[in-house]
Amino acid sequence: MTAIPNLTPAYAEMFLAIAGMALLMVGVFRKSDPIRGVTMLAILAFAVAAVLSISTNGAETVTFNGLFVVNAFTGFAKLLILLGAGLAMLLALPWARNEGVSRYELPVIMVFAVLGMMMMVSANNLLSLYVGLELQSLALYVLAAFNRGNLKATEAGVKYFVLGALASGLLLYGSSLVYGFSGTTSFAGLADALTGAESNAGVIVGIVFVICGFAFKVSAVPFHMWTPDVYEGAPTPVTAFFSVAPKIASLCLFLRILVGPFEDLMDQWRQVLTVICVASMLWGAVAAIAQNNIKRLMAYSSIGHVGYALIGLIAGTQEGARGMIYYMLIYLFMNVGTFAVILSMRVKDRYVESIDDLSGISKTNPAIALALTALMFSMAGIPPLAGFFGKYFVFAAAVNAGLIPLAVIGVLSSVIGAYYYLRLIKIMYFDGSVENFDRPDYSTSLVMGVCALSVVVFIFLPEPLLAGADAAAAALFQG
Amino acid sequence: MEAAAIFLPLVGAFIAGFFGRQIGDRASQVVTCLGVGSAAVLSIPLFFDVAVNGNERVVTIMNWINSGTFETAWALRFDTLSAVMVMTVTCVSSLIHVYSVGYMSHDDSKPRFMAYLSLFTFAMLMLVTADNLVQLFFGWEGVGVVSYLLIGFWFKKPTANAAAIKAFVVNRVGDFGFLLGIFGIYMLFDAVTFDTVFNAVPAHVDDTVTFFGIKGHALTLIALLLFVGAMGKSAQLLLHTWLPDAMEGPTPVSALIHAATMVTAGVFLVARMSPLFEYAPAALEVVTIVGASTAFFAATIGCVQNDIKRVIAYSTCSQLGYMFFACGIGAYPAAIFHLMTHAWFKALLFLGSGSVIHAMSNEQDMRKMGGIWKHVKVTYAMMWIGTLALVAVPPFAGYYSKDMILEAAFGAHTSVGQYAFIMGIGAALLTAFYSGRLLFMTFHGEPRADKETMDHVHESPLVMTLPLAGLALGAIFSGMIGYDLFIGEGRFDFWRDALAVVGEDPIEAAHHVPAWVVWSPMVVTVLGLGLSFHMYMRRPEIPGQLAAKFPGVYQFLLNKWYFDELYDFFFVRPAFWIGNFFWKRGDQGTIDRFGPDGISSSIISGARRLGSVQTGYLYHYAFAMIIGIALFVSWIVVGS
Repeated sequence: MTAIPNLTPAYAEMFLAIAGMALLMVGVFRKSDPIRGVTMLAILAFAVAAVLSISTNGAETVTFNGLFVVNAFTGFAKLLILLGAGLAMLLALPWARNEGVSRYELPVIMVFAVLGMMMMVSANNLLSLYVGLELQSLALYVLAAFNRGNLKATEAGVKYFVLGALASGLLLYGSSLVYGFSGTTSFAGLADALTGAESNAGVIVGIVFVICGFAFKVSAVPFHMWTPDVYEGAPTPVTAFFSVAPKIASLCLFLRILVGPFEDLMDQWRQVLTVICVASMLWGAVAAIAQNNIKRLMAYSSIGHVGYALIGLIAGTQEGARGMIYYMLIYLFMNVGTFAVILSMRVKDRYVESIDDLSGISKTNPAIALALTALMFSMAGIPPLAGFFGKYFVFAAAVNAGLIPLAVIGVLSSVIGAYYYLRLIKIMYFDGSVENFDRPDYSTSLVMGVCALSVVVFIFLPEPLLAGADAAAAALFQG
Repeated sequence: MEAAAIFLPLVGAFIAGFFGRQIGDRASQVVTCLGVGSAAVLSIPLFFDVAVNGNERVVTIMNWINSGTFETAWALRFDTLSAVMVMTVTCVSSLIHVYSVGYMSHDDSKPRFMAYLSLFTFAMLMLVTADNLVQLFFGWEGVGVVSYLLIGFWFKKPTANAAAIKAFVVNRVGDFGFLLGIFGIYMLFDAVTFDTVFNAVPAHVDDTVTFFGIKGHALTLIALLLFVGAMGKSAQLLLHTWLPDAMEGPTPVSALIHAATMVTAGVFLVARMSPLFEYAPAALEVVTIVGASTAFFAATIGCVQNDIKRVIAYSTCSQLGYMFFACGIGAYPAAIFHLMTHAWFKALLFLGSGSVIHAMSNEQDMRKMGGIWKHVKVTYAMMWIGTLALVAVPPFAGYYSKDMILEAAFGAHTSVGQYAFIMGIGAALLTAFYSGRLLFMTFHGEPRADKETMDHVHESPLVMTLPLAGLALGAIFSGMIGYDLFIGEGRFDFWRDALAVVGEDPIEAAHHVPAWVVWSPMVVTVLGLGLSFHMYMRRPEIPGQLAAKFPGVYQFLLNKWYFDELYDFFFVRPAFWIGNFFWKRGDQGTIDRFGPDGISSSIISGARRLGSVQTGYLYHYAFAMIIGIALFVSWIVVGS
């Protein structure tokens, strides 16, 4: 009974855990400029974790007494998380120095958050899921308030913490209901218990609670209220991190549990998710129109994007899962790139966040304007940019799954949403110039360039990139 | 050779039109004149070969549309009719090209003007050599477009733009009829190629069509629709209003397009389709009545107009009426003969008036002219030649053609023929009167222009007077030379089957009319000229007294029978009203208001409202979450 479990599948997580603690030591003992070294080492650690994750990325393997699982899907999800976190970290370094908060804890906490997400994604039991989720959440609460001298940042941290605790409570309560009515917390056990059985009201209520808990994490309506405030208050690179890594992790886990153990209750959870999805798409499209702060705008934008990604989940098919993974992949580049642009909005050594500050930058900063133009066109879903394909795949999956009304609402709301994306372009190119931006930092420009370029050239190289996504989706449905 | 005669003008137009700026004014003028000139030179042997020697042919250039049973090709059809037209068009056009070099010497966009002229010539040639109705329509619309462009050539003048639009719109009305006619022909014959259609006509004589429950004779309907197109293009009564306004264009344009060639396209169309019209006697009666009425009506207006070009424009309208009623009574050869002679002398009159306008420093009002004949002797002589040809004094060209038309009308011995004869004689009287009036007011009497203008009166340069001389030759001799071939003993060998006549030959009948019929045109011409001499030379106060005595009649004529006002009231204003209604109330007030504008404004207000939900209070957010989960749970539990 005390035999050491098979550790091979968890090498990446174990490495990150050790690396996180080691980085803490490095930060403590390194005297000069610790944040730079720690950041670089953290990125290196992410790279190593990615390699480890890929190397263990074979057939489905379960370990730790069935608490932990790896397969092609979890492997791909982890790669996305690591990529998003690495890019966000590249953005965080110059920000921390410019703002005078160059404390090395920032990268360390991000490493622990990523560790939590990876554990979440690989969870094969409601309990290990919760542990991973909480590790992630705790790290994120701290990150939100990282700039603790800033009133808005602390407010954001508190809000996120309180509401996050509420959501965790919902999730935990739901898990306990499921356990109480089915007698197991293991995904495999749940799948067995629920297959072919009479649908049990207790289990269903439990699932609704779990769904609502996740909806909070992915910021879907009506559990999204924290998003604009936290996005605006949190430091911008942290917001960039928030907008991609935890969302990808939560959506992937969402997908895993709904089409895994709870597949037989699809009729029930589909109803709830459809409402959440439609509300998110429309709310994200409409509410963003009135925003003037670009970070708040991005908050609503991300609410809308989650809605679109959920379409793939609601379809509940392999094609839908693949569409959702595509969507998250493309969303990652679009979002990180846009936040890189936001971090380039510096006037006289001060970060600015108003949309009007973009006025006329096509003349003063043509490169930034061009990058943001590509990103915004992509967000609006204009072919041949990446965003179009993201939307196309989920809508196609919905249509093939017979969910035509959902696809139609998606198209309509993306038309509405196009308004504010295009408005940014109009402001940049047709309005008078106000101020000249400072020269952006090297790593920020790098992230911006890479993301904008990926969005533009996506059409030319989808195959190698998406082969992994295909394999991941296939792994989910092979059972 | 055939293709060269047709396409050289297009080449000239292309070069001058697209590269005029690079190659300069002079080169543009040379290249266009050369293109049309060579076409004219080629057209003469072609005419002899085709018409005199009888080598009719169809030169196919390429396939155009092949779709199911529908086949059309780009082909040049050369029979006597088209050979006559090609020769007339290219010869008159080349003279007018040369004239334009002098007339437009002070204009800024000479290459554009020359390119348009050449393009027009090409389109007109396409029209007359067409082998099928679709290609004919191509040429038809081509000349329409260039006519529009040239009327509005001085696009900075609002009146020129208005006239161009008017010409285009009125022609659209006619073209719509023409198109329906083509559709009808395709429906009935399953073909649009002339030979196929004409061969099939006798088989469809008794066909009927039912439209909204009304049964009609198919061929009559088609012929009437085609005639609507002809009325538009040839400015016949009801669709004539655009032609006088078209005088806003430069004078060479008026001469070439709105006198000599394009406006005769309608006559050409009826002649071309004569094998079909001959089986639609009712339609022919309509053609006769409309033509005869136009001849008289336009002549009455011509008597009181003061703008020298407008007088000639109404004269053109009137002469076209002669041609139409000639067609209507079946005297197609006489119609085409008159078309040909008219092209020469009417172009001469227009260019002569252009020369006068040039001399008078762009003055067009005859009331401000007078007494200039000593200064512009060549122009004066040319105008006399043109006038004598117009009023049909022997041996000038008009005498041969116009008298034949009148005799044929009388010889037809039908009630519409009699009507046409009476109207024609009346119009001849008026023609002589207004022509004399034009000459006397312009050249004789006391100078009414101011001294400065009078000091500047000068003869036009050689580049303008030489083409006048060329046209004068045509105005003098074309009738004499062509008489035998067109309408004399040689007409059967000349026309062969280019023009169809079913039943009695009206030309033959025309040769056997009583002597008084033969003499009456001569008498009224002398009468008319004498009257005008009396009124404008010997007793110049009479016209004013007449106008004062009969103000109603005078105003009625001066305002062109109030056609423009009637159309404005019945068509233009209702159309504007309907358009405004649909635009303001329909589109802006309803569709936009509840459609795009309404949706976008409700989304914006929705965005504000959603934004106000975002209060920033933690308990509101938690409340939303709890409410959300409560709703979901109750829905699921109640639902399942």
